[in-house]
Amino acid sequence: MISTKKEAVFIKVFVYAGTILTLAILVSVVGYILFKGIPNLSLKLFEREYTTENVSLFPALVNTLLMTFLSLLIAAPLGIFAAVYLVEYARNDNRFVKLVRITTETLSGIPSIIYGLFGFLFFVTALGLRMSLLSGALTLSMMILPLIMRTTEEALFAVPVEYREGSYGLGAGRLRTLFKVVMPPAIPGILAGIILSVGRIVGETAALIYTAGTVAEIPKSLLDSARTLSVHMYALSSEGLYINQAYATAVVLLVIVAGINALSAYAAKRIERKTNNGKD
Amino acid sequence: MNKQEFRRYPATVIPKRKSVQRMNMRQLKENGAKIIFILAACVSILAVALICIFLFANGIPGMAKIGVFKFLTGRVWKPGNDIYGILPMILGSVYVTAGALVIGVPTGITTAVFMSRFASKRIAKIMKHAVSLLAGIPSVVYGFFGLTVVVPLVRDLFGGSGTSILSASIVLGIMILPTIISISEPALNAVPNAYYEGALVLGATHERAVFKVILPAAKSGVMAGVVLGVGRAIGEAMAVMMVAGNQPRMPKGLLQGVRTLTGNIVMEMGYAADLHREALIATAVVLFVFILIINMLFSVLKRRTKV
Repeated sequence: MISTKKEAVFIKVFVYAGTILTLAILVSVVGYILFKGIPNLSLKLFEREYTTENVSLFPALVNTLLMTFLSLLIAAPLGIFAAVYLVEYARNDNRFVKLVRITTETLSGIPSIIYGLFGFLFFVTALGLRMSLLSGALTLSMMILPLIMRTTEEALFAVPVEYREGSYGLGAGRLRTLFKVVMPPAIPGILAGIILSVGRIVGETAALIYTAGTVAEIPKSLLDSARTLSVHMYALSSEGLYINQAYATAVVLLVIVAGINALSAYAAKRIERKTNNGKD
Repeated sequence: MNKQEFRRYPATVIPKRKSVQRMNMRQLKENGAKIIFILAACVSILAVALICIFLFANGIPGMAKIGVFKFLTGRVWKPGNDIYGILPMILGSVYVTAGALVIGVPTGITTAVFMSRFASKRIAKIMKHAVSLLAGIPSVVYGFFGLTVVVPLVRDLFGGSGTSILSASIVLGIMILPTIISISEPALNAVPNAYYEGALVLGATHERAVFKVILPAAKSGVMAGVVLGVGRAIGEAMAVMMVAGNQPRMPKGLLQGVRTLTGNIVMEMGYAADLHREALIATAVVLFVFILIINMLFSVLKRRTKV
């Protein structure tokens, strides 16, 4: 039998080794991309047009913004309203509510390639929307819907019941209570969820290749194909001719993702503070 | 949560007719809003229904034409000759996922243990940000990192082409880390302190208390994290495709190239037609069924943590 002291040391080493490995992975992925990518960042990469001589990432950047905006435009109201129904209106033992919860959970587990394939079969082929900005955005909005619903639900739950009781007591109706009393303190939480889903949209590739396509131009209409930054990066690295530019694109993606994380953490912190105030 | 039914004032309190009209308008608005909220809640049911219908309706007939048994256990995938067997891809997905677990699970769980029971509050907070950054990095970036770092490394160390089960396992192992950590850390935190203190009183060291008492108590939460990691690994497409080699043949060794279910869809969907296309959709059906089973397992485990 090993002595307790030896065992303790062994466990400690094991735990620290795992932790250091995790941190080392993060540092080496981020560090490597930055190290290889930053020297390749140039103003040329942000020129208006994508050509074979200059694989500008500017159109893809604009497309990413368009895609994000459009997906949120579809998914955010749906997700927020659905969460409002679940938290503020429905009774929990309701069969309908259970079904909504199960399907939402299912949606959040479906891999993006299945969304991509479904989007291709449904939006692109069956509805005839072609490989386009719109098909891509519709596909992505299905993908981020559960995320927005869950975070909104959590944010609404965090608002103390007394707020609602007070508002009803003063004679306000349900809607007024919802928009004037319950929503305002929940907004940072809802925003944190929306920011997280922006992160998912920005990083998505598999769901977009066959729904939004890979045309590296800014689309003239909703029904034109548009590649986002991640798809752009995938295209560059699979063509194998523009590895340096792929590094640079990765840097831009990393910067966006880090920014999104910081924003979401900030928003989450605000809701923490607000709800604590409510409880004091 | 305790929800209070709102009760309106009795009508007698309101004297003027105009107010009564306003009341009706308000009633209308309230009901209208409620209907909109309900409709929004229906969207996720609709979405799941549509996904199931379109996948199954497009995939099952193809599978039937090929022969379900032949499709699932066939060892040869040659669309040119109309031979569709996806056993190599099923095994490919299983192998790379298993490899990812070998790498990701010990690393992820020890990191979660560190964050929950070893680190100071400040360090734990910093690490939380680090983990969410790790979670936020897009899969193409991981794939690209794998392609430019892991693949050459494997090639130099072990020979072969480098695009292999091993490379795919390493990249996936990295990618499931944040999933495992972010689910198991709260589970570890949720174990009552009395457990830990009890173990200390009985003479256990800090380390022993954590590993023999707290970790077992948080078992279902940690398992839920692992199961979710399996779901992520098996469903990941781009990163795996970039490092796995994608040869549609029976995988024989760690250093051989392999094609996963996801890779099969992404590789060939762009140009497939007719039966070939249906076979690819059927591949997605198989993947979808895998995912559904994993999801069910996850929600069972999660429910158990809550109790």
